Amino acid sequence: MSAEAGYNFGYLDENTKRMIRRALLKAVAVPGHQVPFGSREMPLPYGWGTGGIQVTASVIGPDDTLKVIDQGADDTTNAVSIRRFFARVAGVATTERTGEATVIQTRHRIPETPLREGQILVYQVPMPEPLFRLEPRVAETKRMHALADYGLMHVKLYEDIARHGHVAISYNYPVMVADRYLMSPSPIPAFDNPKLHRMPALQLFGAGREKRIYAVPPYTDVRSLDFEDHPFRPVRADAPCALCGSRESYLDEVVTDDRGGRMFVCSDTDYCNTRQAAATQEAAE
Amino acid sequence: MAYVAVKGGERAIDAAHAWLAETRRGDAAVPELSLAQIEQQMGLAVDRVMAEGACYDRGLAALAIKQARGDLIEAAFLLRAYRTTLPRFGASLPIDSGAMRIRRRISATYKDLPGGQVLGPTFDYTHRLLDFALAGDRPVSQEPGRESPRPASLAGSQPAPAPAGIAAGLPRVTGILAQEGLMAPEAPGEAEPPDLTREPLAFPAGRPLRLQALARGDEGFLLAMGYSTQRGYGNAHPFVGEIRMGEVAVEILPPELGFAVEIGEITVTECQMVNQFAGSKTEPPQFTRGYGLVFGHGERKAMAMSLVDRALRADELGEEATAPAQCQEFVLYHCDNVEATGFVEHLKLPHYVDFQSELEKVREMRATVLREAAE
Repeated sequence: MSAEAGYNFGYLDENTKRMIRRALLKAVAVPGHQVPFGSREMPLPYGWGTGGIQVTASVIGPDDTLKVIDQGADDTTNAVSIRRFFARVAGVATTERTGEATVIQTRHRIPETPLREGQILVYQVPMPEPLFRLEPRVAETKRMHALADYGLMHVKLYEDIARHGHVAISYNYPVMVADRYLMSPSPIPAFDNPKLHRMPALQLFGAGREKRIYAVPPYTDVRSLDFEDHPFRPVRADAPCALCGSRESYLDEVVTDDRGGRMFVCSDTDYCNTRQAAATQEAAE
Repeated sequence: MAYVAVKGGERAIDAAHAWLAETRRGDAAVPELSLAQIEQQMGLAVDRVMAEGACYDRGLAALAIKQARGDLIEAAFLLRAYRTTLPRFGASLPIDSGAMRIRRRISATYKDLPGGQVLGPTFDYTHRLLDFALAGDRPVSQEPGRESPRPASLAGSQPAPAPAGIAAGLPRVTGILAQEGLMAPEAPGEAEPPDLTREPLAFPAGRPLRLQALARGDEGFLLAMGYSTQRGYGNAHPFVGEIRMGEVAVEILPPELGFAVEIGEITVTECQMVNQFAGSKTEPPQFTRGYGLVFGHGERKAMAMSLVDRALRADELGEEATAPAQCQEFVLYHCDNVEATGFVEHLKLPHYVDFQSELEKVREMRATVLREAAE
């Protein structure tokens, strides 16, 4: 396959890639710390994954195999659009299989299949600042990160518990990276948070509109904020997947009619398809 | 002296208008734009002018755009100034967006739902690469699979056939949530809705009045306000429950007839934004609604409007109102671009008299300060 004529490999020019790679190196060196970078205008709108796309464009090579998921699925419209974009401007091979991919760009999920060393998971991040709901001023949050002054977030969690009996954050649940920086894991469900911890793959986070990059290197400690007497507790819908029967995976609720009918299916389409194929094969044998 | 200045001003104004007309036309060697071309090929500009001009008439909006040289705020102003001269025969019945003939309908909260996701004519998943094929004069051939979904029997039967939807009467996503009691209900009101164009804004403004102001409000202003709620200035946790765009019937109920009569059809875009609500002393935790409705295909505006509508409900929901987007006076007084552009641009008018008095005052103050410094 060849890349789109008139554009550099991966759309970005080489100087821009070098600038982004420098930011990535710094981000890997200081896990969880937000590194500002000169985010460019991309041919997709801000907020649709421009941060992730710029990171992917900077790390991808001609021999890579790319997987793009949105909400866990390869077939969601924006995932299809971004996958096509890279097939067009980088001419790289694409796949829907988690195991076959070397670079996985994701929005809002971590694949169910555990990732391995050598793989790179690129997150699209809408708001890199974990404290922004509590303190919208960027100058102030920078100071709080510098001093590791995260009392405000602990008070927020405490107030949730006092009012509701439990923490009222279901996605984008804040984490501490390597016991130093408070980090937004991007809007993944809290269910996925444990997968961040000591993951063998490299995790890169790109926020295009907010112009920040951060990273979690392989095997780094990532802990979801909690209290000794109120430990972190991820939740999933209490049902098996209607297609593959999994009781471990994160589920989407699909409305089937307007009389209250609904079903639950895996949000990770590759995981679900693989399990269904295995079950069919088992039945045939 | 003054007499001469006034006369000179009149001649200058006439000359400026003549120059404006010539500039508007541009190079006479280039064919003039027809209203039909603007209406058909600048359709979203026409939609925006109808929305902010608060007058549903595609032809007049196209004329306003042509006259305003593509300045859409100026065009909305022209349309507003015309609309205000029209007689009013009455009010229509509320439109039923549930019965909409849908051309686009998406939900971000469910992967699939009854009626399905209908992308319709959207820029959403285009790659923003300039299409140089459009620069040529040759007609752009219609790609296979991109034919209009219009049934063959309709095509060409009328000069401008109404766009055909692909489905009608689809259930609303917010209705699906409401069945489970998860969506805060909106109590239907029997009261006559206020009319912003007849009565001035009064505060606190009820929701019907607020929505009316937002529906005519400037897209850019609402966009920035809605955006600010997402960035922490205001307490927003929004999800697009549903966006739908298509045609709805407009009905009136003539008192002498006693039954509703359909007088026409308009295109509208509706956005229902679903927001978390932690609950209060009297209400259990549930979702609340931000609502946006605009004339034509105006998705950005409908979405921004629904964010701002939800932010403006802070008071009634017992939330602390600290951000600009949650302040009624701030949003409603400043969202109207015809008012805003008038006042900002009035600074170009002569202010000789006021400025003269300022000059005298500053000279006097300086003299006092300098005298005191010398002493």
